[in-house]
Amino acid sequence: MSIFEYNGSALVAMVGKNCFAIASDRRLGVQLQTIATDFQRISKIHDKLFIGLSGLATDAQTLYQRLVFRHKLYQLREERDMKPETFASLVSALLYEKRFGPYFCQPVIAGLGDEDKPFICTMDAIGAKELAKDFVVAGTASESLYGACESMFKLDMEPEELFETISQALLSSVDRDCLSGWGGHVYLV
Amino acid sequence: MECVFGLVGNGFAIVVADSSAVHSILVHKSNEDKIMLLDSHKLIAASGEPGDRVQFTEYIQKNVALYQFRNGIPLTTAAAANFTRGELATALRKNPYSVNILLAGYDKETGPELYYIDYIATLHKLEKGAFGYGSYFSLSMMDRHYHSGMSVEEAIDLVDKCIMEIRSRLVVAPPNFVIKIVDKDGAREYAWRESVKDTPIPSA
Repeated sequence: MSIFEYNGSALVAMVGKNCFAIASDRRLGVQLQTIATDFQRISKIHDKLFIGLSGLATDAQTLYQRLVFRHKLYQLREERDMKPETFASLVSALLYEKRFGPYFCQPVIAGLGDEDKPFICTMDAIGAKELAKDFVVAGTASESLYGACESMFKLDMEPEELFETISQALLSSVDRDCLSGWGGHVYLV
Repeated sequence: MECVFGLVGNGFAIVVADSSAVHSILVHKSNEDKIMLLDSHKLIAASGEPGDRVQFTEYIQKNVALYQFRNGIPLTTAAAANFTRGELATALRKNPYSVNILLAGYDKETGPELYYIDYIATLHKLEKGAFGYGSYFSLSMMDRHYHSGMSVEEAIDLVDKCIMEIRSRLVVAPPNFVIKIVDKDGAREYAWRESVKDTPIPSA
């Protein structure tokens, strides 16, 4: 089993009309055994910026602590919150620093930029950014998620419809993956 | 074959650990205490490599005591758990410790808490947790019988059910277990469950 599949995870972010939604599953496992069914994979950086970290849970926790530290420092120096695009570059840089001993995480970043323009992106474990205009996925259930999102996604969805779409896409995908599931957390901004 | 498990009840937290010290096929002793008192209101139950287990838990215990000396107030359970995770995470890519930890504590403000800390420094707050081969049996028993806000009697009954299950279903089941409890009155040993008594060491 790959190290990325040790804890099991599923993450998806979608863009709507001046809003975004980011959702994750709730399972924390150790290979085949489920340890907890209330694990938080998505964390808030500031009111309009969320990051979900899939992959190895310990690296997700370490990476999150480092990112919160860097963002707080940025807030002190610049007296404002980081833009999502800037934050994505920060995450990418932090991941590439560990190019030859990486964090085993795939982040999914979702935020509202200037004029509430939604921004989503994902990257691999060494920081290769992948920007998308519609949806991004990560985790052990990513293949199922690609399929579900591709068929369910529509442009410019209102928040209520976006919530329904992302929830259904997540739930139907994790039902086909034994390493993720046990419900979902959805953040809609 | 080390079995460690724990649960949170109504105003208390209980941790149970087996007490065999094993080296390959030989059982060195069957009354090894694997649950350490971190401070007056915290317990740390550890399983894993014996050397790492003792070294790491003593290191954490001394650092928690140092914090209390320096700052005049004890660490909260959450703070102690995060500190422990930090130490494991820092060592992970240099010189990893192979120790799995269940940290149970009682704070006046937040009540009883149980933290699951993996050997690769995965931290999660839980109501019931377990490590080792025994976890396959104890987690299932707890999933069936646990409910939040159990009394001490109910919890000990559940603990005994788990121990019975481990003893009867695990192929190299440890014979003896130690049960420790932490509540508003502090952390203390609650009971031993022994099916094999070690011969007492004669005093000089």
